[in-house]
This record gives sequence, C-alpha cells and structure tokens, in this order.
Amino acid sequence: MTPHALEIINLHKAFGGLSVTQNVNLAIRPGERRLIIGPNGAGKTTLFNQISGDMRPNSGQISLFGTDVTQFAPYKRAHFGLSRTYQIITLFTGDTLEHNVTLGLLGLRSSRWQMWRPLSFYGDLTAEAHRTLDAVGLLHLAAHPVSDIAYGEKRRVELAMALAQKPRVLLLDEPLAGLSNTERSQVKSLIASIPRETTVIMIEHDMDTALDLAETVTLLNYGRVIVDGDRDSVIADERTREVYLGV
Amino acid sequence: MKWIAATPLVALLLLLPFFAGDFYVNLASQILIAAIFALSLNLLVGYGGMTSLGHASYLGVGAYISALLTSRYGFGHGPAAIISITGTIAMAAFFGVIALRATGLGFLMITLALSQVLWGLAYRMSNVTNGDNGIAGLTRPMPFGISLDSAASFYRFALLVAAVAFLMMAIFVSSSFGSSLKGVRDQPRRMAALGFNPWMIRWITFIYAGFWGGVSGLLYVYYNKYIHPTSLSITSSAEALLGVIAGGSGTLGGPVVGAALVLLLKNYASAYLERWNMLLGLVFLFIVLMMPTGIVPGLARLMTRLRRGLR
Amino acid sequence: MQFWIIQGLNSLSLGGLLFLLSSGFSLIFGLMRLANLTHGAFFMLGTYFGATALRAFDGLNIWVTALGAGIAVAAIGGLFERLVLTRLKTNPLGQVLVTLGMSFIISDACLMLWGGDSIPVPTPQNLQSPTRVFGFVFPTYRLVLVGCAIGAAIALYFLLERTRLGAMIRAGVDDRQMARAVGIPVSNLFTVVFCLGAGIAGAGGVLGGPILSAYPGLDADMLPLALIVVILGGIGSLLGAFIGSFIIGLIYTFGTALFPELAYIILFLPMIFVIAFRPQGLFGRVGA
Repeated sequence: MTPHALEIINLHKAFGGLSVTQNVNLAIRPGERRLIIGPNGAGKTTLFNQISGDMRPNSGQISLFGTDVTQFAPYKRAHFGLSRTYQIITLFTGDTLEHNVTLGLLGLRSSRWQMWRPLSFYGDLTAEAHRTLDAVGLLHLAAHPVSDIAYGEKRRVELAMALAQKPRVLLLDEPLAGLSNTERSQVKSLIASIPRETTVIMIEHDMDTALDLAETVTLLNYGRVIVDGDRDSVIADERTREVYLGV
Repeated sequence: MKWIAATPLVALLLLLPFFAGDFYVNLASQILIAAIFALSLNLLVGYGGMTSLGHASYLGVGAYISALLTSRYGFGHGPAAIISITGTIAMAAFFGVIALRATGLGFLMITLALSQVLWGLAYRMSNVTNGDNGIAGLTRPMPFGISLDSAASFYRFALLVAAVAFLMMAIFVSSSFGSSLKGVRDQPRRMAALGFNPWMIRWITFIYAGFWGGVSGLLYVYYNKYIHPTSLSITSSAEALLGVIAGGSGTLGGPVVGAALVLLLKNYASAYLERWNMLLGLVFLFIVLMMPTGIVPGLARLMTRLRRGLR
Repeated sequence: MQFWIIQGLNSLSLGGLLFLLSSGFSLIFGLMRLANLTHGAFFMLGTYFGATALRAFDGLNIWVTALGAGIAVAAIGGLFERLVLTRLKTNPLGQVLVTLGMSFIISDACLMLWGGDSIPVPTPQNLQSPTRVFGFVFPTYRLVLVGCAIGAAIALYFLLERTRLGAMIRAGVDDRQMARAVGIPVSNLFTVVFCLGAGIAGAGGVLGGPILSAYPGLDADMLPLALIVVILGGIGSLLGAFIGSFIIGLIYTFGTALFPELAYIILFLPMIFVIAFRPQGLFGRVGA
C-alpha cells in the first residue's frame, strides 16, 4: 500500500491555556486536491505552520510519504518534497523575478553551498527559471524587480517559485486572497494545471473558486476537524452549515 | 563604467610610495588594514543582516596570538600566523554557535558581551597578556626573506593582502552562497521553506567574517609592532561599525570608503582634539540621523540624478 | 569564615547596585525594544555627580544627592530620547548605534570634566561605623545598599503592578500595537520609561560611588554586567532583573576573589548556559 502523501496523527498545539489545534487527524493520498476551510481563527494557518515546520506541535505526528517529519526543521522538509506559499507575499522585493525564481530553484541543489561561482554561472538554473516564469505567463517581466509588478503578478511568482521545485506536497495558503476577478481566474487555471505528481492542499476563503478545484474538503473549527470527506458530501453536511451559518 | 573609474585609483594605489612621503604611505597602510576589518564586518552586517558589536574580538585575538607566540615562545612568523588564524577561526565558530541562538538585538547584545569578556581577560590576565602595558617590541615578518620594515615595503604587502581580501570577498558575495546569504537576510522563513538552512548559512558567514577579522588583526600587529587591550574594546568594534554604516553597508566599496573616512578623521582629530571618542559619538549620531544608508549609496544616487539632469 | 561572610555581603551589595543599574535597562528594552547602550554611561554620570557633590559639601545627605543626580540624569536621558531616539522609530539598528554614540559622548565629557584619575567617594558619615551582628563586623554602608535595592524593587513593583502608569507600561511591553490601539500614548510612555530608567541608573551611580569610586571606564565595566544580568534574568522582567543581579553579584564577587584572572570567564558561563538552554532568560516574557 502506498503511504499517504501527508498523514497527521493526533496533532495538538496550545499556547498557554488556548488550544489552537486539537486532536487533528488527516490522511491525504498522493495526487489529491484537498481544500481546508473554516471560519477565521479556526486554526488553518496554524495547521499549515506545523506541517511546514515553522511551528512545533505540543504532541502528535506528521508524516510525509511514510517518513515521520515531526522533528524536522523547515528546510529539511523542503528537501522531502514539501513546498508552500504564504498569506503575505514573502518575495525578495528588491530583486528581479528571474533572481527570485532562480534562488527558489537553488534551495534544493548542492550548488547552493558554492562560494566562488556566481549565480549567473549556472545557466541551467536560469533556463529553468525562465521556463517556470513562462509557465505562469510572466517571462516578459523576468528582468523587472518584484517591487515593480502588480499584486496578482506577485502571487503568480510565488506560485511559480513553489512549483519550480516540483514538490510532492504543495501547501497553498489563501492563494486567491486580494486578487481581482481576472487575476483570480488566472491563478485558478494555474492551480488546476498542476500535475498529479504534486499533492495540493489549499486553504481558501473564496468558496466558489476553491470548491471548483477541490476533490476533498476538511472543515476546521476551533482547531478541530469537524467534517472531512469528498467535496459534495462535506458541502451537503449539516455541520458545515452550522459552522458557517450558526444554524 | 566602473572599471574606467577604477583604473586611476588602482594606479594611485600602486604608485603611492613613489610620490608620497612616509607619513602618507603609513596612513595608507592603516587605511588598508581598517578596510579589511570593515569589509569583514560588512559580510555580517550588510550581506548577512547580522549586526555585531563584538567584531574587534577577531582582530584582537588574531593580533594577540601572533604577538605572544613570536615574542614569548619563539615561534617564527609563519607558524605563528597559521596558529593565529586557526585560533581565530575556532573562536569564531564557538562564538557563532552562542551568538546565533538569537537574532537582531539579542545577537547584538551577545556579541557585545562576548567581546567585552575578551577585553576584560586581556586586561586582567596580565601575566599572559601584559595587561594594560600591552605587548611591545614585536617584529614584522619577512616573507620570502623580504623585509617589511620600511613604510613602502609594508604598504605593498598590505596592499597585496587587501587586494586578495577584497577580491575573495567580492567573489564570496556574488557566489550562489552569497545569494543565499542575502536571501536569508531578507526573508529567512521563505528561504527555509525553499530548502536553505538559515542557521548554517549564517554560521559559515560568521566564521568567514571572523577569519578576515583575524587577518586584519595580523596586519594590525605587524604594522604597529605593538598590541594593547584597546584593540579588543567596544570602541574598536564601534569604529569599524561606524565605517561600515557611514560608507554604506549594502556594497563592497562602502565599508572601504567608510573605514578610510573614520581613520582619517581619527588621525586629523587627534592632532587637534584630545576627545576622539566624543567626536566618534557625534559622528555616529550625525550619520545615523542624516545619512542612514551611507555615503556610497548617497553618492551613487547623486550621480544617477546628475546623469539624468544632464540629458 | 570571615572571608565568606565578607564576600557574601560584598556580593549582595554589588547585586543591589546591579539591580539599580539593570532594572532600568530591562524596562527600556522590554518596552521600547531598545538595547540602551548608554546605560553604563548614565550610571557613571551619576557616580561623578555624586563624587563632586559629596566631596564639595561635607555632610551632604547621600539620599538627596542620589535623588538630585537621578533627576539630572533623567533629564539628560529625556532630552536625548525626544531629540534623537524618536526620530529613529523606523530604524531600530540606528537607535542602538546612537545610544552607543551617546555613551561615547558622555564618557568623553566625563573625562574632560573630571580628568583621568579615579575619584574616591566618601562613605556618608552616619553610615561609616560598622555594624555588629552575631559577633561579626559588617561595613554598614554595604548593608544599606542591599536595603536600597530591595526598596527600589518594591517601589518599582508597586509602580508596575498597582498604578495606571505601570499598567500602561506592562501593556506596552506585552503588545505595543495593541496598547496603541486602545489609546495608550505609547510615544510619551517611551519618554517616561527612558527617563525613569536613566534616572534609576543615575541614582544608583551616586549610591555606588563609595564602593566603586568614579573613574573613566566605569561605564564600560558596568554595561556588560547589565547586559549579562538582563540576558540571564530575562528581558522585561523586573523579577528577572532582581534575581539576575544578585546571582551575577555573587558570581562576580566570589569569582574575582577566588580566581581574579578568570572572573570574566566565570561571568560568561551562566550567560552561555542561559543562551544555550533558555534563551528567554529565567523570567523573560520577550524573546531576545
């Protein structure tokens, strides 16, 4: 039996008296498109932070493709095929798009430890970066600094950087936030075109767009998993209505 | 464009001993030593985003080890230099592990505390370091049998070392490691998520900066033929930091200009004023308040504006 | 036995002085997130003021002098905060650098005004005769210093825990943005806290005079001790500063008495230990 792409067992995280993640169990199969929803403060980003390693849980286990990564530092999880985007833009604003994506590609190469050859020496990296930018339709802006481009374009660069490393598991934290309608459909088709080799887990508030992309849905509230299953049954579930409408 | 500007400067540097008197040649040697020291600090401050107030530790330790080994234990300059550099690197590795437990202000405080501890040791352990008297009567090395006692010959030696230092640091900051260092400076969480190990990148840089600090320490003790605990003091670290910030920490040229300025100011001021420290403090206040990004970027902006204006 | 008791008392009095020095530093760091490198110089300024005043006016009350010097140093600190530090709100590194610059200015000014020789400060006459307890003889002044530190600690505790000002300060330490959002005048608070911290340091300097003497370099001797106390005790914690001061006082006094050359390394060790195993210090609420 192939191991789950991401498996979370009894995850628990508390800040003093406040529990932000309570007994969360998740099992996500390779290639799945999972949407995590829940009201503000439900603990979605906190969950992501624990999956990526930015935050340590108090107890519980996180496994990637059968390997226990709970104690791994974030950079180590990246080497295990994990990639993520953030709610706020965390690009290198003073640098060009090309430099941003090239740096993103460098992270998993041993050449990142090279102390005498300039980055431009690695022609294959630059070519790969150009291909990546082309795939998100931003090749024409490659030489522009990130500070010059529009917000929607920055989101696409973020996505490009996350995808460039061909991750096995991709965490998208509100990828559609703050985008105009045109930008939203651009990013949406990008996400839809992600190959099956990458398992996609997404946090989103924009239900209409996100539900189109999701196959399975997990509903979180107060740090707990309330409903978990395929999209249609979760939408139809009473508890979902309760959480969102208070009915 | 940059190379055209650099050629007369390079010519000036190479030919200096032929048209300038000993006083100016010696001043130039001191500037070169201060420049290497400031450049090494800038690896941490400008490129690594780690502001240290304890960088004088490496200059001081490098100098003291060489001084002690050559004057008291009869070591030759070659072996003494090797041991000194090795010792400085080891100390940087050790201090780095401690200091990198924190970032930002915590890092600053820890580097300051560590360097003050060393300074205190240099003062107190008088039977080893000679305390407040310092260690005098030292000699300069004779690489390949060439004497460095004259101002001109020492200057050429310092120039060679400085050129190598500058070149190696330039290669370092534009290398892929250098790019990852700058990335960690700007977005450490993003870099970690991309697969870079921020702690390791910072620690390696810390050690490399310590290495060049030690090299400048060797040049310092060779030039002065004397070493005193003041070289380990906060003032020494602060002067280097001022040079980096005044010149502009984001570039390679900045710290060199800044270090030169601080040294010239110090020499000029000490001829007329006794209160160098007060002047240093006032200059600090002035630069931080009026020119926070430094002189070199300020000049570069001015040049761009002039060029646009001329069109 | 006498040795241990004397050194024990010396540790306590040094601890007391360190508390007067570092409580201000910890408050300033906790609220303003500023490592005030001028703090040693504020202390030294107090010592010099005290030295001049006590030597010039025979029989001048040391408490009055401490209060006066505290106010003077607080005023200097306040001017500096208003004129320089507030302009650098967006540049935390710059703030640290100007406090360093200010410390140079103050220490050189002291050198200019008082010269390079160490100036001993007379112990107040009514506290000169030694106290006899259980057959042991103690220098009274040192006992009094410990009392001072305890008194200051209690006063500061009441200020922070029982007054509105204290509540505002604590709110600011915990969450500056939130404090501003609920209407706390954070920028004025900064000035008040900076003056308070500087003032306590200045007063502490006067009180430390009879034991330390006023000499150039006193600031450079005291500042790292304040740093180590705050790193050990935890930033923003009064209790941490209190306990940390006495631990460091103990280590430094016994270290210097037993292993004079290695006193600095011995100080170093608890700091490494804390940083390695508990970076927020013993009682810290704010990470370094």
